[in-house]
Amino acid sequence: AFFWLLSLLAASLLWSVSVQLSGREDAALLLLGAAAAVLLQELCRFACFKLLKKADEGLATLSEDGRSPLSLRQMAYVSGLSFGIISGVFSIANILADSAGPGTVGIHGDSPYYFITSAFLTMALVLLHTFWGVIFFDACERRRAGGLGLVVGGHLLTSGLTFLNPWYEASLGPIFILTLGTGLWAFGTAGGSFRNVLKCLSCK
Amino acid sequence: MTELSAHLPQFQHGQLTENFPDTHLSNTNDNSERRRHDNSERRRNDNAESETNGQPQNNIQRVVEQDEEEDEELTLKYGAKHVIMLFVPVTLCMVVVVATIKSVSFYTRKDGQLIYTPFTEETETVGQRALNSILNAAIMISVIIVMTILLVVLYKYRCYKVIHGWLIISSLLLLFFFSFIYLGEVFKTYNVAMDYITVALMIWNFGVVGMICIHWKGPLRLQQAYLIMISALMALVFIKYLPEWTAWLILAVISVYDLVAVLCPKGPLRMLVETAQERNETLFPALIYSSTMIWLVNMAEEDPEAQRKSKNSTYNKQAPARQTQNEDAEADDGGFSQEWQQQRDNRIGPIESTPESRAAVQALPSNSQTSEDPEERGVKLGLGDFIFYSVLVGKASATASGDWNTTLACFVAILIGLCLTLLLLAIFKKALPALPISITFGLVFYFATDNLVQPFMDQLAFHQFYI
Repeated sequence: AFFWLLSLLAASLLWSVSVQLSGREDAALLLLGAAAAVLLQELCRFACFKLLKKADEGLATLSEDGRSPLSLRQMAYVSGLSFGIISGVFSIANILADSAGPGTVGIHGDSPYYFITSAFLTMALVLLHTFWGVIFFDACERRRAGGLGLVVGGHLLTSGLTFLNPWYEASLGPIFILTLGTGLWAFGTAGGSFRNVLKCLSCK
Repeated sequence: MTELSAHLPQFQHGQLTENFPDTHLSNTNDNSERRRHDNSERRRNDNAESETNGQPQNNIQRVVEQDEEEDEELTLKYGAKHVIMLFVPVTLCMVVVVATIKSVSFYTRKDGQLIYTPFTEETETVGQRALNSILNAAIMISVIIVMTILLVVLYKYRCYKVIHGWLIISSLLLLFFFSFIYLGEVFKTYNVAMDYITVALMIWNFGVVGMICIHWKGPLRLQQAYLIMISALMALVFIKYLPEWTAWLILAVISVYDLVAVLCPKGPLRMLVETAQERNETLFPALIYSSTMIWLVNMAEEDPEAQRKSKNSTYNKQAPARQTQNEDAEADDGGFSQEWQQQRDNRIGPIESTPESRAAVQALPSNSQTSEDPEERGVKLGLGDFIFYSVLVGKASATASGDWNTTLACFVAILIGLCLTLLLLAIFKKALPALPISITFGLVFYFATDNLVQPFMDQLAFHQFYI
């Protein structure tokens, strides 16, 4: 969470500076800011990975049997989840606070489905961050650039799709499909398979 | 075991002199580790004296090294647990403060200022306002420094009764008067009709149970809960009566003061700790939150040190000799804890509790001697730290334009600072100031989030873009 906040800080700094320099505020700059935010987030995810790796090694050397008490997968999951949580909370906390107050949604001509789509988008984003965390850490561990590239690309794509709001069909639909796909991929990366699922369900 | 108890007096003394750094945060684990180091060292010394050939000494050396390595592992392993044990109370305190600020408008209304901050901030020019806030902060900090030095002097000259009385009055004020005001405001906010008799009964019960729990004996959880409530009440008072710029300045200056007072050789808090170590006493347990129970000391004190009863029972079985020694210490501590509380309470009047609570916290490390089991040892965090963390988060939620984003960012920053401080504690094994790192992170994140992130997120949310 801390790392995500750092990335957000850096991105906002960039955006504010660019706004000041250009002297006007419009969607193009926002797009630039958002893209920068995505890239910085991924950068911070990488920094998180490096730090956790170091801590893991430290724990392993100190433990009695030479292995660390946490597996890399657990760390990946937790890191992804925390990224997701803080990103989701930042996206939705103010909206929730406003939703408790008086007002009418979309009275100025915006979509009346603002709240519910926000809720769904946030949920998708939290899940996506978790999945990306797992995939990212695994790709870094095995040094596969493909996984890394796909995570970054997926993030950029998701963010870009949200720019199509309020054309919700175009943004929500693909985002959910992407979420499902990424989820299955993360599941596979974490070592799951169809057989594991069956075993789990039959409680063997 | 018998060997341990025989070495105990030496340990305690040695431990005291070694383990008393002035910080609010002391890792009892570290103390236990120290103890073990002392133990192994003593063993080594004794053996060296008795054995003349090199071989046994080598074995002893190896054993000692092994002990030390195991100690290190245990430190880190249990360190993580203690971090979590500290996260919960700090989070609870902050949650209570933020919830109150958001719902009860009394604490965000400007109803005047304390006498410690005489200069107003409603001035015409920005320069005037800055000057006034600097003067306010200077007055506040000097009051705190004076009170701390007074405390150290009182402690040095063994005026225990005075400190004791001071602490009792402080906790009385806090538990009865401030909670009465708080309850009244909550009732006003939710428009609950209440009669004076019920309120009197409630406040009386709350206050008396609190006094007993904090200054004497009580269930661990209840004591911790009372300490958290007291910290939250104190933080709310600070948030209400400190004007904006003054509050931020005070936070910044106090973390610098904390750093100086705890780490400098001539710092008052450090002297306090060293004096307590020399006398083989525990310092004001009342102002420290401990995550584990040390049955000997500070049962009633404000230290959140939760000492587990189980630890007590194992301890009882192991070292009866120690027990008597501890009981003596307990009597001493009990007195101190009350004094501490009073001091704290007195400061609450003048709002100087922090230096004292911090001193109390620093005094705490000596308590760790009583625990033998590394698992049972806990980490201690001063109540002043609780209060200032909550002040930061409360002020962020009260006055930030980013509202929940800013509050959350400050919250995460403070917790990460606490984590780092505990990590440093595990590495250095000395008492460390818990304020500087967390407050720095918190301040940086507050100002950055409020001014930079907020407009960005606002624009994104307006168009429903997600990053």
